[in-house]
Amino acid sequence: MRKHFSTYIEQIAEKEEDIAFITGDLGYNALENLASKMGGRFINAGVAEQNMIGIAAGMASQGYRVICYSIAPFVVYRCLEQIRNDVCFHNLPVYVVGNGGGYGYGIMGSSHHAIEDIACLSGLPNMRCFVPAFIEDMKVCLGEMFAHKSPAYFRLGLGKNIPGYLTLKSYGAATDENTMGALTIIAQCPVANNLVAALKEHKYKDHVELFVLNKMPLTALPEDITGSIMRTGKVLTIEEHISIGGLGSAIALLINENSLPVSKFVSLHAEGYPNGLYGSQSYHQHISGLDEENISRIINTYF
Amino acid sequence: MEVGTPDMGHKRLQGKLRTKILELHYKANSGHIGCSLSCIDIMISILKFKEPGDTFILSKGHAATALYTMLNETGEIPDEAMETFYKNATTLPAHPAALKYAAIPFATGSLGHGLPLGAGIAKAYKLKSASWISYVLMSDGETNEGTTWEAGNFAVANKLDNLLVFIDKNGLQGFGNTVDIMGDTASAKVWEAVGFEVVEVDGHDIGSLLQTKRKLMENKNGKPKLIIANTVKGKGISYMENKLEWHYLPMTETQYNEALKKIETDYNL
Repeated sequence: MRKHFSTYIEQIAEKEEDIAFITGDLGYNALENLASKMGGRFINAGVAEQNMIGIAAGMASQGYRVICYSIAPFVVYRCLEQIRNDVCFHNLPVYVVGNGGGYGYGIMGSSHHAIEDIACLSGLPNMRCFVPAFIEDMKVCLGEMFAHKSPAYFRLGLGKNIPGYLTLKSYGAATDENTMGALTIIAQCPVANNLVAALKEHKYKDHVELFVLNKMPLTALPEDITGSIMRTGKVLTIEEHISIGGLGSAIALLINENSLPVSKFVSLHAEGYPNGLYGSQSYHQHISGLDEENISRIINTYF
Repeated sequence: MEVGTPDMGHKRLQGKLRTKILELHYKANSGHIGCSLSCIDIMISILKFKEPGDTFILSKGHAATALYTMLNETGEIPDEAMETFYKNATTLPAHPAALKYAAIPFATGSLGHGLPLGAGIAKAYKLKSASWISYVLMSDGETNEGTTWEAGNFAVANKLDNLLVFIDKNGLQGFGNTVDIMGDTASAKVWEAVGFEVVEVDGHDIGSLLQTKRKLMENKNGKPKLIIANTVKGKGISYMENKLEWHYLPMTETQYNEALKKIETDYNL
């Protein structure tokens, strides 16, 4: 997604002069195009993420839309107060872009993972979190992000192309309404690709109604999802994020608030580091039960 | 230290605003008096003379009553709002709130935010080739904060000579003398080493503050500017001066009346 992201920024920044880009000293072999094309509006603020957000807020107060780019955990946790006080309280167009997200940086270790980012950010005032799963919905999310002069967080993961049976929707992507639907699956972020892989040859594939949501916080259930849950009465949520403050907990709350009849609800989510060991993104997904095999197994338990 | 010529012309204003600060705190039964009295003169030198495009950030948000009083004087906060200070449903809480007054571009209160914000504004002015000034007023205790140094280095690297920082150096911070806690992080030497152009002045001498400001800003040498304003916490009220407790304490009726009399006499009201 990173390549598509930088190409998108290059194109929009060329047309719109109020867009500035600040990197926290990241971008080797990825952002050189922006550095050469954006001139003074491309700024390397060094290894000083808190200041980077403050600088961005100051610039945004003078009419700029400012992207702040770094590895996801660095640009979220270290500068949480700057994002809250300087950006969100003032409803300024500072777009925090976190590369990686989830276990995206794999063997780099826990310092480089961001599995609590949505929990930290999505409750802040005025904040919009974008968590695209596929290259196609990433572009839609970027369009939405730049269309509004208000704070945003963009989790930039390793997405693939959207599978043919999913249609882009305002909330992300979904399968069409399915009269044989017996299970509603709601997924978020590129871990949705594991679900897509699990469903590929799955015997119950035709009985699944699949929704991929790319925006947080989730304050209301999209009508399509409400309809699906009413039909199936069974829900599975999948996200590469801890359960607290993430997709699953938001869906559970909304199901209860709307008194939807649900007989079975399972949340697959990042479990942190339960065995205290480290590995690739796939390894951590496996440990958390977010891998293709386990997702397939969990789907079987619904039938 | 450069000490400017005392400017008698501003004395009445200095006294009047001090009286208003005391009144706000007395009515609200609130603390943070000493730190507002230490920086009100700096604020006069900035806000009474700034151009419309300039911005001012009070990074030491706990001196909000100095800011409110000054902005009331310039007509940017109405009298009716001043009556609501510290009360429920006010736009004027103990630390400045977001998006309430055009003259308060950023809500502050957590230290170490003002310099990054001010540097960002200065950077935006540079990108737009605007000739405005980005003013930031910090406390000396605030130079403990890492973000202050991140922003200082950023300002130097980006040649933000349109950034004018004031440090209200009253020598006291939350729980002791500034030099005893983290060393003199507000010293001219340290900031010069970072790359700032630094001048030290008497922070209660408005004539000197103005003269220094004018001279510094004429110098378009690519260096961000810093005025280290040597001040006295609780300035003007003898029983408050240089006393840590006046960061926190409200006044009794007797103390309030004594303070008013002192200001009336010393500032020729």
